[in-house]
Amino acid sequence: MGKMRGAIVVDIERCKGCNLCAVACPLNLIELTETVNRKGYNYARQHTVEKCIGCASCAMVCPDGCITVYRKKEE
Amino acid sequence: MTTEDIIQPENRVYGKPSLMNDTPMHYCPGCSHGVVHKLIAEVIEEMGIEEKTVGICPVGCAVFAYRYVDIDWIEASHGRAPACASAVKRLWPDHLVFTYQGDGDLACIGTGETIHALNRGENIAIIFINNAIYGMTGGQMAPTTLMGMKTATCPYGRQPDLHGFPLHVTDIASTLEGTCYVTRQAVNTVANIRKAKKAIRQAFENSVNKRGSSLVEIVSTCSSGWKMSPEKANQWMEENMFPYYPLGDLKNVNKE
Repeated sequence: MGKMRGAIVVDIERCKGCNLCAVACPLNLIELTETVNRKGYNYARQHTVEKCIGCASCAMVCPDGCITVYRKKEE
Repeated sequence: MTTEDIIQPENRVYGKPSLMNDTPMHYCPGCSHGVVHKLIAEVIEEMGIEEKTVGICPVGCAVFAYRYVDIDWIEASHGRAPACASAVKRLWPDHLVFTYQGDGDLACIGTGETIHALNRGENIAIIFINNAIYGMTGGQMAPTTLMGMKTATCPYGRQPDLHGFPLHVTDIASTLEGTCYVTRQAVNTVANIRKAKKAIRQAFENSVNKRGSSLVEIVSTCSSGWKMSPEKANQWMEENMFPYYPLGDLKNVNKE
C-alpha cells in the first residue's frame, strides 16, 4: 500500500496565531512564523512539508477554519 | 510527488465548511467558539437543511454568530433565546431551531427561560458554551465559575460563603421530563471535537424529528478571560474544569 502524503494551505490573513494547530499536529510539523500578517499575528506554517500525512488534526482544531488539508496516496 | 501535486481540488480532505463565510471572526485567538461554529456549519451542511434552519443568537461573545454561519438567525435579548426559539419552532414545526448560548446568558440571565423551555419539552436544540466566565464583558464571575477561581469580580477567588456554588445547569436539565438528550462535551482535542460533532448532530436531529428538547453543553476555554495562552487554557480546562464538569451523556431517551 502506498504511503499517504499530505499538504496544508494556511489562510495567512485569517490566522490569529493561537498555536493550537501546532499543539494538535501528531508529528509536530507546524510552527508560528517570525513574520506577521496584516493584523499583526504570527501565523502558522508547516516547517517540514515532506513528512505531512494529511491527518487534518490541525484543521479540525483550528477555531478560525484557516487550514485546508489535501491528501494523496504516493504511487 | 511535489506539494503542488497534492494540493489539487480532488485531494481536498478537510477545510472550512461552505456554510461558514469568509468574514474574519471577532473572537480572540484560540477561542472555542470558532470550533463550535465550524461544527454547527458542518452538521447543517451534512444534513442539507440550511434552508430550513433558524438559529437564535445570544447576548455574549457569540452575539455576532449570524455574521459567520450562512443560515437564518434571530438575535434574542439577554437570556431570552430559548423563549424565542420556542416561538419559532411552534410556528415552523418542520424547521431545525437551535439556540447558541454562553454560560452568562443561559445559566444566569436566562435561567428561567432555559429551564422552562426544556421542561415544556420544546423541540429545540440548545448549544451551551460553558467557559466559567463572562467573556465579552471583561471576565466577571459567572454562575458556573469554579470554586477558588479568580475573575474580575472575585479577585481573591470564588468563596462559597460569599458567592455560592457553581451551577450545574446540564445536570438540572437531565432531571427534567421534557428533555430527550442532555450531554456534556468539549472541543479541546481532535477526539473530543469528533464526539462533540456527533452530539450536535444528534441534538439537531432531535429538533427536526420533534423528539423533545436537547441540551449540548460544550466545556470551553476563554483564554483572554482566564488570562492564559490558548494552549495553557486547554490544559487548565482539562485539569480543573473536567473534574467538576465531567464529559459524557447525562440523558439520552432515544438510546434506552
